[in-house]
Amino acid sequence: MREKHIGLGIFTFLVFVFLLGPLVIISVTSFEQGTVLRFPPESFSLEWYKNIFEVSGFLETFKVSIYLSLAGNLLALLIGIPAAYALNRFDFKGKALLEGIFVSPIIIPGIVLGFTFLRFFITYYQLPIYAGLFIGHTVIMLPFIIRVVSSSLANFDFSIEEAAVSLGASRIGTFFKVVLPNIKSGIIAGVLIAFLESFNNVDISVFMTGPGVSTLPIEMLTYVQNYFDPTIAALSVVLMVITALFMFFVERLLGLSYFTKR
Amino acid sequence: MRNYYKYLLILPGVLFLTIFMLVPIGMTIISTFFPNEAAADTSNYASLFRDSYFLEILWTTLRVSIVTTIICMVIGFPTAYFIARMSAKMKAVLLILTIFPLLTSPVVRSFSWMVIIGRNGLVNEALMGIGIIQEPLEILYTPTAVIIGLVHLFLPLTIITLVGVMESIESDLLTAAASLGASRVGVFTKVVLPLCVPGLVIGGILVFVGSFTAYTTPALLGGQQRVLSTLLYQNANTLNDWHMASILAAIMIVVTFIVITCMNLLANKLNPRR
Repeated sequence: MREKHIGLGIFTFLVFVFLLGPLVIISVTSFEQGTVLRFPPESFSLEWYKNIFEVSGFLETFKVSIYLSLAGNLLALLIGIPAAYALNRFDFKGKALLEGIFVSPIIIPGIVLGFTFLRFFITYYQLPIYAGLFIGHTVIMLPFIIRVVSSSLANFDFSIEEAAVSLGASRIGTFFKVVLPNIKSGIIAGVLIAFLESFNNVDISVFMTGPGVSTLPIEMLTYVQNYFDPTIAALSVVLMVITALFMFFVERLLGLSYFTKR
Repeated sequence: MRNYYKYLLILPGVLFLTIFMLVPIGMTIISTFFPNEAAADTSNYASLFRDSYFLEILWTTLRVSIVTTIICMVIGFPTAYFIARMSAKMKAVLLILTIFPLLTSPVVRSFSWMVIIGRNGLVNEALMGIGIIQEPLEILYTPTAVIIGLVHLFLPLTIITLVGVMESIESDLLTAAASLGASRVGVFTKVVLPLCVPGLVIGGILVFVGSFTAYTTPALLGGQQRVLSTLLYQNANTLNDWHMASILAAIMIVVTFIVITCMNLLANKLNPRR
């Protein structure tokens, strides 16, 4: 009985080596001084971290990606919170269909969304590229906001809201003073998850880059296809640190069960 | 009054997704049934499914996705089983280590494999260093490289989905089976495994659909070896053949929806709790 566990333990250990090994390797090679990615590195330097700022596109597109995620998040919250509230609070005809529509941006392949956004936003609706990126990113963030906010609302006892209303508070006032504070941590976690989703997005952004317009993942993708030096490794480490921080906060707010529940 | 109120709350979201997602997607699919006015192009579904270049790419995409799904299930299941049986603290640590790569940028993850399996990558350096091979192995830019990258991409998702399913199995059930005389293997094969089948099916859909439509990994690790998603991108952005790109988009949507519908039905049917 014990021995069986040991075998399974070794197997699991190897699986984690496979999952994390590559990330560890690029982290280590990012400190290499030479121009070739080497493992183990033969020298130590922070030169490639400096180079992140010297490659013209990275800093610029880093800002674009951050603004895009923030702006998209704001719009997704404005649209998503009322929708999540209505879906949890009320019963109405076609509820299942509506819920289906709200999760569909996750189900429809990203590359298909990206292409149709290019075709319609830019060519048909004649939107500027930045507007297209902004709307496209909002579309893919919306399901994450709605999902996380909905699960917070599912734990909220709506009779508290009814009590406030019956004591004379307005419906809107009650929402901001009673409901919103109770789902605050869900909203913050939703924002963080949606932020990562947008910040790492390739499938949509790849169609909406033009002269002088790009996002960080697309800039990295292009760089990797043309150059092969440790700059990307250094940048990867920076992104992994950001990811780890976000994960830490989401775990604090929602617990790990958010990730394991489907 | 109350009736208007609730629809009013949901209206912005529905309008937004209709204008910016449903209409574009619907129009794209409809447009594929009408020949392109831009004359030169005569591609349609019938000619596409006779085109050997397209069929080869479709076959590669399917093969890569199926192999990725199988590998993820075979590796993910025992790993999830191990994690689910750990103490709460150890389980949390292992889950964090699984979720971290899941949240890490796919560009970063694919890039890390370029460093490892590239022509001058770690694997080749090591193998040539010990003298096992003379010439570097060509792994990068082959379907094998895409499979490795996709397994790395989707294994965390598989593991956490299965851990979630296994956690929902009441331990009373296992104790009951054991106390009624079932062996350890018996408990596993007769109780745990059947209860995990719906989870395996759902995990399988996620991995298959994800691999079938993934772009970043095949774009970086596949090189000239195209799959449907990179073919779509090539048609849309490099060749400017939007009619062809629309047809490919429609095929991807249809396959995705067929797979999801079938698997959902199957998962319900195989659920022993029903």
